[in-house]
Amino acid sequence: MTAEYVGLGGWTPEALGVPGEVRPVVAAPDPVLSRPGPEVDPTSAEVVRLAADLVATMRVSPGCVGLAAPQVGVSAQVFAVDITGHPKAVTVHGTFVLCNAKVVEASRWKAGREGCMSVPDLTGDVKRASRLVVEGVLPGSGAPVRLVTDGFEARALQHEIDHCAGLLFLDRVAGAHAVYQRKVYL
Amino acid sequence: MNELAITVIGRDRPGIVADVAEALARLGANLTDSTMTRLRGHFAMTLICVGPAAAEVEAALAPLAADGQLLATVRAVTPDGRTAPAGEPYVMAVHGADRMGIVAAMTRVLADSGGNVTDLSTRLTGSLYVVVAEVELPPGSSDEVAGRLARTAAELGVGVSLRPADPDLL
Repeated sequence: MTAEYVGLGGWTPEALGVPGEVRPVVAAPDPVLSRPGPEVDPTSAEVVRLAADLVATMRVSPGCVGLAAPQVGVSAQVFAVDITGHPKAVTVHGTFVLCNAKVVEASRWKAGREGCMSVPDLTGDVKRASRLVVEGVLPGSGAPVRLVTDGFEARALQHEIDHCAGLLFLDRVAGAHAVYQRKVYL
Repeated sequence: MNELAITVIGRDRPGIVADVAEALARLGANLTDSTMTRLRGHFAMTLICVGPAAAEVEAALAPLAADGQLLATVRAVTPDGRTAPAGEPYVMAVHGADRMGIVAAMTRVLADSGGNVTDLSTRLTGSLYVVVAEVELPPGSSDEVAGRLARTAAELGVGVSLRPADPDLL
């Protein structure tokens, strides 16, 4: 039977039922960032704790709009996103965590500048789809989710899904002059 | 018309570009293609210009180098080195822990595959080393080149990606 994918259904991190703890964020060239993460069992206690910790760590990190499991040293397909309040935000789904997420539709590719907590000193120009459909499952319940989004949230999702596949924005920069020394730190 | 290849490199300070460009302009040297950038506190200019004889430009740049902070070289080159693209444009990105020989090994793979690097930059930040190269590959060879690059990268303990360069024009 094919799972029926729906929206977030008002999901919030409180649904995880465990308090998140802030974990240290690892930086490139840590090899965990280049390793494709395995799919996870979204209902396992370990994944629920990881999801809560990703949210907690994202929230204490200035300017952080998304954080993936490999960035806290765990090779797994889990990430948190929250672009609420970001000046580039268009569609906003609030704070959410997805497991085993995949891009199912991508269109309207646009170049934009990206940074990453795991590559703190560099930014780069990367082309991403600005219209995006992503399917994944929620941690805890394992409920299937289909997210339709655009703009900056779409960029954040692609960046985090890349992390789960062992890819950094550096793997997608547009050319030899598309990597920049970071000038502003949030 | 003389075509000259000029390099100027030295400790960065405000005014290097203005000083060099002024000296060239006074001689009627026409600046054509160039790159000018700061590399870890040093400012590096590589440029092609057209006009006067090499000796005149050397003499004009000599005062700039007099304090020992700048090094300038001037060389006459054969005009019009313009070459047609040799193949399909790709971007190779390499990142990983810094170690000796990353650029050497990866560009050797490209060269042995008939690839021509047209632009390349590297960054060292902390222990992270990043190489991004634009390369023209023989048509139809990219899958094989990607495989060879991946094997060499694995030996070096770094990651590599090879993607088609974005052909979009506005």
